[in-house]
Amino acid sequence: MKIKLQLYTRFERFWHWSQAFLIIFLLITGFEVHGSCKIFGYAAACRWHNLAGITLLILSAFAIFWHLTTGQWRHYKPSFENLRGIIGHYLIGIMRGEPHPFHKSEERKLNPLQSLSYLFLKVVLLPLQLVSGLLYYYYNDWINWGWAARLDGVAFLHTAMAFAMLLFLVVHVYLTTTGGTLLTYTKSMFTGWEEVDDGIMNEKS
Amino acid sequence: MDVKGLNYSCTACHTTKGHKISGRCYSQAAPNKHQLALPKDDGERLACESCHGQSPHKNGDILNHHSDKVSCQTCHIPQYARGGIFTKMWWDWSTAGTMDENGKPIVKKDEHGNLIFHSKKGDMGWAQNVNPEYGWYNGSMIYFRSSDKVPPGAEKIGINSLNGDYEDPAARIFPFKIMRAKQPYDPENRTLLIPYLAGKKGSGAYWGDYDWQKAGEIGMREVGLPFSGKVDFIDSDMYWPITHMVAPKEQALSCEECHSRNGRLANLQGFYLPGRDRWGLLDRLAWIVLGLTLLGVLVHAGLRFISANRKGGQS
Repeated sequence: MKIKLQLYTRFERFWHWSQAFLIIFLLITGFEVHGSCKIFGYAAACRWHNLAGITLLILSAFAIFWHLTTGQWRHYKPSFENLRGIIGHYLIGIMRGEPHPFHKSEERKLNPLQSLSYLFLKVVLLPLQLVSGLLYYYYNDWINWGWAARLDGVAFLHTAMAFAMLLFLVVHVYLTTTGGTLLTYTKSMFTGWEEVDDGIMNEKS
Repeated sequence: MDVKGLNYSCTACHTTKGHKISGRCYSQAAPNKHQLALPKDDGERLACESCHGQSPHKNGDILNHHSDKVSCQTCHIPQYARGGIFTKMWWDWSTAGTMDENGKPIVKKDEHGNLIFHSKKGDMGWAQNVNPEYGWYNGSMIYFRSSDKVPPGAEKIGINSLNGDYEDPAARIFPFKIMRAKQPYDPENRTLLIPYLAGKKGSGAYWGDYDWQKAGEIGMREVGLPFSGKVDFIDSDMYWPITHMVAPKEQALSCEECHSRNGRLANLQGFYLPGRDRWGLLDRLAWIVLGLTLLGVLVHAGLRFISANRKGGQS
């Protein structure tokens, strides 16, 4: 039976889209600093990258607060339930027009594949990127901290994680097109509301 | 200097104390251990930082982050020999002594009036608006002394070489003019030759008699060094720190001059420079994985499209 649920509250939507914009902007400016493209010019790319990084850091602080106080962090508790079935759905079932084996609810709005990859994004990728980015920014002060490391290691990590982020972005954006229509999921990330199958068979339907 | 503005004389910076004219590059380290040459400390104002400090750019400007590893001169002297004045870049002593058909010395000048050949001195090369070359430099140099030996097999010697590298906290990237030359040397004793140069005909001086053996014998005897009697020529480099002719700030180097794949610091190795350096394997692997992912996504989307159409057709 199809029911309409408000899955994403106002702050979550604000956080999602501003984070999306910041990450894409950071990728573009970051790869310009890396020498992979020429768009803003090196000085501007560098300045904007630093500014966007600090902004993302502040946004993340609010997001962490929000996750903890609203209990929304529970959606990211790792689950391996029917992981095989979900992967199978994306590989085969989706071609046959079969319904998604996972049923979203207000208590659990992310399927296990989502919760695992978003958890990785939130507790590994983003923190590593923010920490290595901060270290990169404060490179000149390392000597005052008595830290004799070289820039190479930090830059390597920051670049490798940026590639991982880009990879995530490609797959994530593609998977948003797998809803009822190509834009179903994107729309619900704007409105907050999504029509979901609650998994309960309704004979009339 | 800067007649229309500050109108500085030499002594505005080169202050004197006890009959000593201060000059930083040769006698002492350019900001030795990052100490500023502040007038209150040592009565000198010889480094840029003496007046400008170590964070001379706008507050929060990332340019200020450079001052520990990059000297002010590196960006603020984009070229030397500016303003229509040429500088000598090359001096080949091995061609000296060539005379015209009457046995008279030859003097040749280029269209700008620069001396490009003289029988007394050999060939010379000139240039203007030259990009400096760059090196790590902690303010001290190692000089090739008159008693030092040219290493066997060496095709070139450094009249001086720079002290400092990336790891050296006192070293910074500094701009240099490299004076390249061909010098007379004693191939047997492997020392540079100190010839008796200026003197009248018959005195044995090179500029009188044009005889390297004779000039070498007298010169080396005067300085008390052995001489085998043989004279050959060897290429030499000499680093000249560039620290005058600071350009207006609008002409300072842009980031890309160094932060790019083939920028001005392309040859300065041993450290990570953003925009110039990358890890070939990481970049290549990552772009391949990204490409394959995109391909996978496209194939997946294509299959979805086909199967959706087929189903549409059936129903």
